[in-house]
Amino acid sequence: MNSSQQFCTFFLNGLFFGVEVERVQEVIRHLSTTRVPLAPAVLGGLINLRGQIVTAVDLRRRLEMPERTEGQVSMNVVVCTDDGAVSLLVDEIGDVVEVSNNDFEPPPDTLSGVARELIRGAFKLKDKLLLLIDTERAIGRA
Amino acid sequence: MSEMDDIIKEFLVESNDNLDQLDSGLVELEKDPQSQELLGGVFRAIHTVKGTSGVLGFSKLESIAHGGENLLSKLRDGKLRLNTDITSGLLKMVDAIREVLRAIESTGSEGDGNYTEITSMLSSLLDRELANATLLTGEPRRLGQILTENLSIPQDAIDAALSQQSAGDLRRIGEILVEQGTIEPQEVLHALKTQAGETSTQVSASNIRVDVGLLDKLMNLVGELVLTRNQILQVTASQKDASFVGAAQRLNLITTELQEGVMKTRMQPIGNVWNKFPRVVRDLSVQFGKAVRIEMEGTETELDKTIIEAIKDPLTHIIRNAVDHGIEMPETRRAQGKPPEGKLLLRAFHEGGQVNIEISDDGGGIDLERLKKKAIERAQVTGEQAARMSEREALNLVFLPGLSTAEKVTNVSGRGVGMDVVKTNVEKIGGVVDIHSVPRQGTTLKIKIPLTLAIIPALIATSGGERFAIPQVSLLELVRLEGAEASTAIEDIHGAPVYRLRGKLLPLVFLNQALRLANSGSAGFRPAESFQFDAARISHLAWKDKLRNYLDGQGEISPQTAESPRDCALGQWLYGSAFKQYSHIPEIQRLEERHREMHAMVGSVIRSHQAKNNAAADERYSQIEPISREIVKLLLNLEKQLEKLFSINIVVLQADEHQFGLVVDEINDTEEIVVKPLGKQLKGIDCFAGATIMGDGQVALILDVLGIAQTANVVTEVRDHAVIETAIQKTDRVAGRDAWLVFTAGGRRMAIPLGMVARLEEFSASQMEYSGDGLVVQYRGQIMPLIDIARRLNLDPGREPEGTLQVVVYSEAGRSIGLVVEQIVDVVEQAVSVECVQGSCGLMGSAVLQEKVTDLLDVRTLVQQVPGREIRA
Repeated sequence: MNSSQQFCTFFLNGLFFGVEVERVQEVIRHLSTTRVPLAPAVLGGLINLRGQIVTAVDLRRRLEMPERTEGQVSMNVVVCTDDGAVSLLVDEIGDVVEVSNNDFEPPPDTLSGVARELIRGAFKLKDKLLLLIDTERAIGRA
Repeated sequence: MSEMDDIIKEFLVESNDNLDQLDSGLVELEKDPQSQELLGGVFRAIHTVKGTSGVLGFSKLESIAHGGENLLSKLRDGKLRLNTDITSGLLKMVDAIREVLRAIESTGSEGDGNYTEITSMLSSLLDRELANATLLTGEPRRLGQILTENLSIPQDAIDAALSQQSAGDLRRIGEILVEQGTIEPQEVLHALKTQAGETSTQVSASNIRVDVGLLDKLMNLVGELVLTRNQILQVTASQKDASFVGAAQRLNLITTELQEGVMKTRMQPIGNVWNKFPRVVRDLSVQFGKAVRIEMEGTETELDKTIIEAIKDPLTHIIRNAVDHGIEMPETRRAQGKPPEGKLLLRAFHEGGQVNIEISDDGGGIDLERLKKKAIERAQVTGEQAARMSEREALNLVFLPGLSTAEKVTNVSGRGVGMDVVKTNVEKIGGVVDIHSVPRQGTTLKIKIPLTLAIIPALIATSGGERFAIPQVSLLELVRLEGAEASTAIEDIHGAPVYRLRGKLLPLVFLNQALRLANSGSAGFRPAESFQFDAARISHLAWKDKLRNYLDGQGEISPQTAESPRDCALGQWLYGSAFKQYSHIPEIQRLEERHREMHAMVGSVIRSHQAKNNAAADERYSQIEPISREIVKLLLNLEKQLEKLFSINIVVLQADEHQFGLVVDEINDTEEIVVKPLGKQLKGIDCFAGATIMGDGQVALILDVLGIAQTANVVTEVRDHAVIETAIQKTDRVAGRDAWLVFTAGGRRMAIPLGMVARLEEFSASQMEYSGDGLVVQYRGQIMPLIDIARRLNLDPGREPEGTLQVVVYSEAGRSIGLVVEQIVDVVEQAVSVECVQGSCGLMGSAVLQEKVTDLLDVRTLVQQVPGREIRA
C-alpha cells in the first residue's frame, strides 16, 4: 500500500469527507434532479449527465443528517461503480488532498448507527479530520 | 497472427451463411428436385466451403465437404435425382460441417471428432444411388428448346437451322434464326438470358458486411442527436430569427430521416430467422412420421436486430410444439377428413407500429379439459377455479410454468418447459402472446412485438407537477372531461373510482395517488357539489337590486343579516364545504376579502338609510358598485381557473388483458423518446420502465404501464379484497342519488344498491350442490350459500334451476352469499324515494326506477335468514 493517497474532498453538514480520487469520475456543480416517486428518500433523483441518466444519492439523507436549508444547492461528485456512474449529492466541493496513510485511524467505538457503517475512518489533518466514506455501501443500499 | 484470425473469422461467417443456404436449398429441392437454379446454388455453396477449407488447411472439413460435393455434382449434372435418402445424407453432412466449424470457432482447431462415418456414408450413398439411377438428361435446356417452348417458334424452323449448323455453318443457332427472319434479335437475347438464368444466379454485389457493434454505436449516437434536436426545437420555439428557425427545421427533418435510416440498418427481414424453420420442420416430421408443409407469408417483414434475436428461440419452440403435438399423424388426419399433410403457416406483418407474427397449424387444437386436468393435478389451479374459467382463461393455462398436455414426453417437447418461457421472452421485449385454439381445427399463436426498443413514441403527461412519458404502445385513447361532467362522470364503487367509457366501466387509477405524488390540482376527488358560477353571479346581482329597491323604499332588509357575509347566497356558497379544499387559490382569498368588505359597507348603507340620512346612504351605495364589479370579475376568473383545475384527463391504457384509465393533470404532447435504463438502485420499482431526457434537458421517467396496473391492483385479485373490505366499512345509503342494480326475480322487477354487489357471476345448474337444507355452490375455494330470491319471497318460482343461473354475489366480512335472480336488467343511477311496503319480509320497500315500480330488496335481512352463517373458508 502506498504511504500516501489522494482524496477528493467535500463537505456535508459541516463535516469534511473524502473519497479516493481514482473512484471519482468527475465533479459537477448543481444539476437539477428529477425525483423518482416511490423510491427511498435517500435517492436524490435522476440527473442528466451529458445525455446519460445517472442516479443521485443524497449523502445527507444517507447519513441521516438534517436536510439542506432552502436555497442551499447540492453539488455532484460522480463516482464510478461496477454498475455505471452514480452521483453523490454533497453540500460543497473541497480540494483534492494528499494524505499519508500513517495519519489514518479507524472510527472510535463511540461512533454508532448508520455513520459507523459508512465511515471507514478518519485521516488526521493538521486543522481538521478527513472522514473516509465507504462509497460502495453509501450507494449500495440506497 | 491477427490477420490469420481475421481470415478464419471471415471464413466462419461465410461458411455459416453457406450452410444456411444449403439447409434451405436442400429442403426446397425436395419439393422441386429438377430446379437447376437451386441445384446450382447448393452446389456452389458446398463447393465454396470445400475450397476455402482446403486453402486454410482444414482437412477434415475438406473431406466431409468433398463427399457432399461429389453427390451434388452428380445431382447437378442430372446423373442422379434427389430423394429423401440423399437429402437426409446431405443434411447430416451440413450438421457435421457445422460441428467442425463450432470447434474451430471455440478452439481454433477442427477438434478430434471422427467424421469418417459421414464421408463413407456419403460415398456409399453415391455408389448406391448411381447404381439405381436411370440416367437422366438434366442439362440446361438448349436454346432451340427454349425458343420452341416459350416463343412457339415452329419446331421445323429450328430443325432447319440445326441441320444448317451440322452442314458446316459455324454461326450459332440464334444468329441463323435471326438472319432467316423467323425471330427478332430481342427475343433471342431474352431466350439467352433465360438460359443463363438456368445455370447461374446473379450474385448481388451491392451488399457489404458491417460490424454490429458499429451499428449499435451509430444507433446510440443518433439517440443523442435526437435529444439534442429536441432541445434545439424547444429553444427555437421562442426565437424570432427566421434563418435560425429555418435551420432548426432542416435539422429536425434531417435528424428524423437519419434516425429512420440508421434504424433501417438494424432492420432485418424476419425471413432470416424463418429460413431455418423448413429444416426444423422437415427433421421433426421425418422423426415423428408426420407430413408437414410449412408456408410463410411476409418473410420480408423487417424487425430490429435485437428483437429478431430475442424471438428466435421462442419461435423455434412454438414450431416444435406445433409439429410435435399440434399436427396429428397422417392416418388420424385422414380419418378426420383432413388432408394427410399438415399445414404450418407463418405470417408476419406490420400493424400500427408493431410487428405481428402468427403461427398457425391445422392440427388437433388444444384439449381444454386435459389442460385443466393437468393444471389441477399440478395444483396450479383449484378445481373450482378451473370450472369457472372462460375458454380464454383456460387456454392461457398453457403459459403456466411446467404445464404440458403432451401424453408422452418426447425429446422435442412435452417436458413442460416452453410456453411459459416463450411468454416471458416475448414480454421481456415488450411484446404480447395470444393463443387461439379450435378443437380439431388447429391452434394459432399471435405474437405482437414492437419494431424497435431504443426509440419509442410516447405521450408526455404531467401529474403532481412532474412529467412522465407513457409508451404509446399501451395507449388506447384519451378522454377529457370538462365542466360539470368532470364532477359527475367519475363514479365510485366503494372506493374504486370508475368511468363509464361507452357504457363499460373503466377502472381509474390516479397517477398522483399511485405514485404518491404531491396532491396537485385535479387528480384528487371532486367535491360532489358542482360550482354553480352562473347562479352565484345572478344571486349576487339580484341581491344588489334588492338593496337598491330597499333604499328606494321598497322591501325590508335587516341590518344584522346584511352585515353578515355568511348569510347571503353568495356567502353560503363561498363558505360552503365545496370550496374548503381550494382555499389556497388566491382568487378565492381575494373574493372572500372583497365580499366581507362589501357586506360591511352594506351594513353602513342600511344604518344610514335607517337614520334617514339618504345622501350618506346613496354615497355609500355608490361605493359598493366598484367592489361588486370586482366580485363579478373574480367569479369569472375563478370559474376559468377551476374549470382548468377540474377538467379530468384520462389516459386509457391497455395492460395485459385489462384496460384502465390513468388520470393525469395535464396531457402535453407526443414525442419520440430515447429509452435509457435506470440504475440498479431503482430496479425494484415496478412503475417505471426507464427514463428519458426531455427537450429541456430534464430527466423524465417512463411509466411501466403494466407495473402501474399491478401497483394499483388493476390486474390482480387483490383489488377484490379492497372492494370487499371497503364494502364492510361503508354503510349503505338506502335512498338518495345512488346506483342500483336492477334485476328480475319471480317475474318481479327488483333492485339492490350497486354498492352491495361484490360481483355478478353465472353458474351452471350442474354446479349447484345441497348442503344441509340450502343450495350452495363452490366459489373461489369457499362454499357459497345461494338464496333463490323468488322462492325466499314466496313469489312464483318460475322454473327449476336449469341451464345457467344469474347470481349476484354479496360479500360481507369475508363471506359471500349468492342471490339467484332471473335476469340482470341494468344499472340505474337515480335518486329514489322509498315507499314502505307493509308486511313484506325481505323487501325494504318500493321505488320508481326508470319509470317502473321496482321492489327494493333488503339484502341484510335476507342474508340473516341464511342457515349456516358461520361457514368460512
